Amino acid sequence: MEKELKVAALKNGTVIDHIPTEKVFKIVSILRLKVYGQLLTIGNNLDSKRMGRKGIIKISNRILSDEETSKIALVAPNASINIIRDYKVVEKRALLLGDEIHDVMHCANPMCITNHQPIPTKFVVINEDGIVRLKCKYCTKEVLQDEINLKKK
Amino acid sequence: MNNSLVSITDYNKEDILSILDAARGFEKKPDRDTLKGKVVATLFYEPSTRTRLSFETAVVRLGGSVIGFSDSGTSSSTKGETLNDTIRMVSCYADAIVIRHPLDGAARYAAEISPIPVVNAGDGSNQHPSQTLLDLYSIRKTQGTLENLKICIVGDLKYGRTVHSLIEAMSYFKPEFKFVSPDELKIPEEYKIFCRKHNIPFTETAELNGSFNDADILYMTRVQKERFQDLMEYERVKNVYTLHNAMIKNTKPNLRILHPLPRVNEISMDVDKNKKAYYFQQAQNGLYVRQAILSKVLKTGDV
Repeated sequence: MEKELKVAALKNGTVIDHIPTEKVFKIVSILRLKVYGQLLTIGNNLDSKRMGRKGIIKISNRILSDEETSKIALVAPNASINIIRDYKVVEKRALLLGDEIHDVMHCANPMCITNHQPIPTKFVVINEDGIVRLKCKYCTKEVLQDEINLKKK
Repeated sequence: MNNSLVSITDYNKEDILSILDAARGFEKKPDRDTLKGKVVATLFYEPSTRTRLSFETAVVRLGGSVIGFSDSGTSSSTKGETLNDTIRMVSCYADAIVIRHPLDGAARYAAEISPIPVVNAGDGSNQHPSQTLLDLYSIRKTQGTLENLKICIVGDLKYGRTVHSLIEAMSYFKPEFKFVSPDELKIPEEYKIFCRKHNIPFTETAELNGSFNDADILYMTRVQKERFQDLMEYERVKNVYTLHNAMIKNTKPNLRILHPLPRVNEISMDVDKNKKAYYFQQAQNGLYVRQAILSKVLKTGDV
């Protein structure tokens, strides 16, 4: 009963669940939800069996693009994204990064050509033993998880 | 693909060996006319006289011509032209581009947008494949083989791009490495992962003396001031190792000392006369290797 009161059900749209509490507002900013004109629920510090405390974002009447999904995968790789139609989950979107990510983040190497000239960034995703590493296609340096700096477009 | 050479990892074992075989042919007969009528553009956004002259000599001795600039101060980049525009413009005039750039990744980007082949002559602290190929050529020439060698690498193993490329290129030939560096300049973790993945044994030490007594190749490097973002760090480590003639006394007879040059203080002048010093011949080998590289990217049929 109490749970239902906290977060209302969504008819159509996207639910991003199991967000680490410190990443909720990062995702709000990635998806530009500050200027979203439709029904929007942002919950944070909710109890979670899996992670102790968590955040959740429900966006009505919006399906996330692949680019938005990969941005979320970069900052919150363990979050879950569900697409809802008529109160039912119609798609559980895997937060897979694919083999390459294009132009969603900056290279952390200050001497990389992409930080000096108008060149879209490209990173090769290396997934070894569950650890994801991102290698710049140009300067070949690896970007660490806490160095990820998304592009603002 | 436009047949570019940006990183040594663009070439597999077969490619590498075919370059080395062709280079041996150029050493016997460097003057040919296989690039007659061809124009090679050398775009040097940072000065590197040695590399530029070596590439330009390679072109001229094969009968080709050279255009380009040797200092970005005199080029259109001072007017703010992007690399993209320069590459597109130059590719209208030339048959191949040799590029040197202070920023990491510049050569890969150039190769991506260029319709003609691009040869990387050094992009920042990233890649310098012609240096690696001439290192391999020198190793094979002095040891008779590339297989099963003990290689001791000394100096800046953190920023030294020639070191990283040498490790990758030698991985085809079952080497054993010893890495000698101060703590601040240790070999990055990703290259240790690379060695483990390819079953390449390696050890690390900070002590130079005696560390190369069982080695076949002693590869010395310079601590490069221009690669440091923290000059205090540079001052702490710049003169950490100096190789003296007396230190070579107990080494194997087939040991050869290599250095990508220029050297500063890391090899004392008294080593130069020792027959184990090979760094000046190594530089000369660069010409033949670059002739082979240009012949391959321009498909003259020699490689």
